[in-house]
Amino acid sequence: MQRPRPDLPSNDKRWKLVNATMRRNGYAGHALIEALHAVQDAFGFLDEEAMTFVADSLDLPLSKVYGVATFYHLFMLKPQGRHACVVCTGTACYIKGAGALIEGIEERFGAAPGETTEDKALSVLTARCVGACGLAPAVVVDGKVIGKLGPEAFCDRLAQEIAE
Amino acid sequence: MNIDDLEDLAAKYRTEQGDADLEVRVCVATACHSSGAPDVVDALNAAAEEPAADGEHSCRVKGVGCMGLCSVGPMVAVAEPGADLRESTLYREVAPDDAAEIMQHARKPGAGPVARLHCPSDQPFFARQRWVVRENSGIVDPDSFKGYVAVGGYAAMVQALTEMTPQEVINEVTTSGLRGRGGGGYPTGLKWSTVAKMPEGQKYVICNADEGDPGAFMDRAVLESDPHRLLEGMAIAAYAVGANKGYIYIRAEYPLAVERLKTAIRKAKRQGFLGNHICETQFNFDVEIRLGAGAFVCGEETALMASVEGGRGHPRPRPPYPAEYGLWGHPTLINNVETYANIAPIISNGGDWFAGIGTDKSKGTKVFALAGNIVNGGLIEVDMGMTLREIIFDIGGGIPDGKAFKAVQTGGPSGGCVPEAHLDMPVDYDSLKTLGTMMGSGGMIVMDDTANMVDVARFFMEFCMDESCGKCVPCRAGTQQMHGLLDRIAKAEATRADLELLEELCEVVQATSLCGLGQTAPNPVMSTLRYFRHEYEEKLG
Repeated sequence: MQRPRPDLPSNDKRWKLVNATMRRNGYAGHALIEALHAVQDAFGFLDEEAMTFVADSLDLPLSKVYGVATFYHLFMLKPQGRHACVVCTGTACYIKGAGALIEGIEERFGAAPGETTEDKALSVLTARCVGACGLAPAVVVDGKVIGKLGPEAFCDRLAQEIAE
Repeated sequence: MNIDDLEDLAAKYRTEQGDADLEVRVCVATACHSSGAPDVVDALNAAAEEPAADGEHSCRVKGVGCMGLCSVGPMVAVAEPGADLRESTLYREVAPDDAAEIMQHARKPGAGPVARLHCPSDQPFFARQRWVVRENSGIVDPDSFKGYVAVGGYAAMVQALTEMTPQEVINEVTTSGLRGRGGGGYPTGLKWSTVAKMPEGQKYVICNADEGDPGAFMDRAVLESDPHRLLEGMAIAAYAVGANKGYIYIRAEYPLAVERLKTAIRKAKRQGFLGNHICETQFNFDVEIRLGAGAFVCGEETALMASVEGGRGHPRPRPPYPAEYGLWGHPTLINNVETYANIAPIISNGGDWFAGIGTDKSKGTKVFALAGNIVNGGLIEVDMGMTLREIIFDIGGGIPDGKAFKAVQTGGPSGGCVPEAHLDMPVDYDSLKTLGTMMGSGGMIVMDDTANMVDVARFFMEFCMDESCGKCVPCRAGTQQMHGLLDRIAKAEATRADLELLEELCEVVQATSLCGLGQTAPNPVMSTLRYFRHEYEEKLG
């Protein structure tokens, strides 16, 4: 039997966005990944409250939601920094020195892949090929692709992007 | 609507575009986009507003899809409407400040190109290509439904719906000899007829746009440059197999492609080219986008379906194949983006025309992504059967910085490395297999003599280890162990026994893994061992 749909967890308007996505998909359980994308777009990461809300809304066990959230690399279970720097570690970028970029970033900003700086300004992540191989080594900073820079030049550029 | 009505519509759209003597096309696909193409479009538009003087050409500015030479973007092409890349004046690395000068030269008859930005369009990079999948790429505006129809888009779909039976469509695809472009090379016509023969009822078509191979971006370019081409191919496939619902499973790492695809679906629906009673026929077909979330294994078809159903992307044993038991247990046709993009020209020009291109067993053209240590990095489309040497040295322009060629990696983490000695091998599904690699989806990473092959093998093994879904033991534990061994070899801490163990593990993992990810994970190790064994042995203690 279908359980009644839960109330929004709080007055935060972002829950309405999440709810709208689930409604658009008819609260179907198979649109779970869509719902989790909506949560992450709205809040930046998935916490227990959000996963419980999604599970109750879609009438799925929380274990299933947690299982899906932890399976896929893109879903974050911890709060992220205000800026995201995704270093591509695909083959072309590897050949062109993505490793040196990661080391350079860690040296300058003190965050290794998967970490966030202490002041919460920057999260460093890696991706398996963003498909911008012509610009290798490519880095996606807040959705913008920056390519063809060495560690030093790139870190200068990154510092600039963060300061804005 | 019949084919004549569509031609009238196309003629109407062409008139609506207005008659400009020349088009100034700016590539707005990812690589050029992030190199500043939108600003170039704005600057060119501003320059175009200056009224042309008497006797000057009138120019229209438009954003178009990928022109191929991604490493020197943003690219701009000045061409007569309808002309292709080879007939255009091409410019490379264009900045907004160059806009006025480009516009001046374009307008003045006989002025010639702007010399300092000119990129000759008769160089082998363009001259040696043949565009089938990418025929509209760099010519049409990817966000424009009318632009696609104006160049003859959707004619194949209307022809199939109004003049052909589903069986005739399948026959045409079978005649063409088209094989799956996702890597496996399974005959497309055979796959379609298997799904078509299943009892009537709910059936699905899925487009696999989860292009996960690192160093491959062919599908992204099709999605960003010509999204309607994919929709048309899917609709024809759905008609042929008797499906009414389609899913496009696309990586979330491709935001621009997702955006353009969404726009294309919305516009096609509004014009009645998707949805119920397509083009006033009895055929219904609806398409939905499903976003991936960063799992390489979801490129495997059964894992992909698990993900579309909203679960963890775990593969399952085959048979039953998706053709019999697919999405939610219904017969399902899964093809790759490039495969669908080949369908419209096959229907329009006939299967025999397509079968006339390429080699005996690999028909048609193939799109490749050239990257790594190569002069002309970007996307190319060539006839099947061209040799690797021609691709790398003629089209790709060879190795930069005076270095020497060492190997080319094809097929991503499932493929292998080909050394200098085998560069004269024609590129098709079967001959690449004899070299211990595979066609894969079309990524080609060129490496110069500074590359260390043990490091390369370790890189791919790390990839497979991270991306192993964990369902079956050989892949989950085997990739971990192989990575450990490779790591020790790379650090010169290994013994000969370690190398023997590595070779044995390669065979075990290949033979016993559940899905393609594990079965092919040892390929990079095996192929580098085959051709560069001395590099491993040098490191042994």
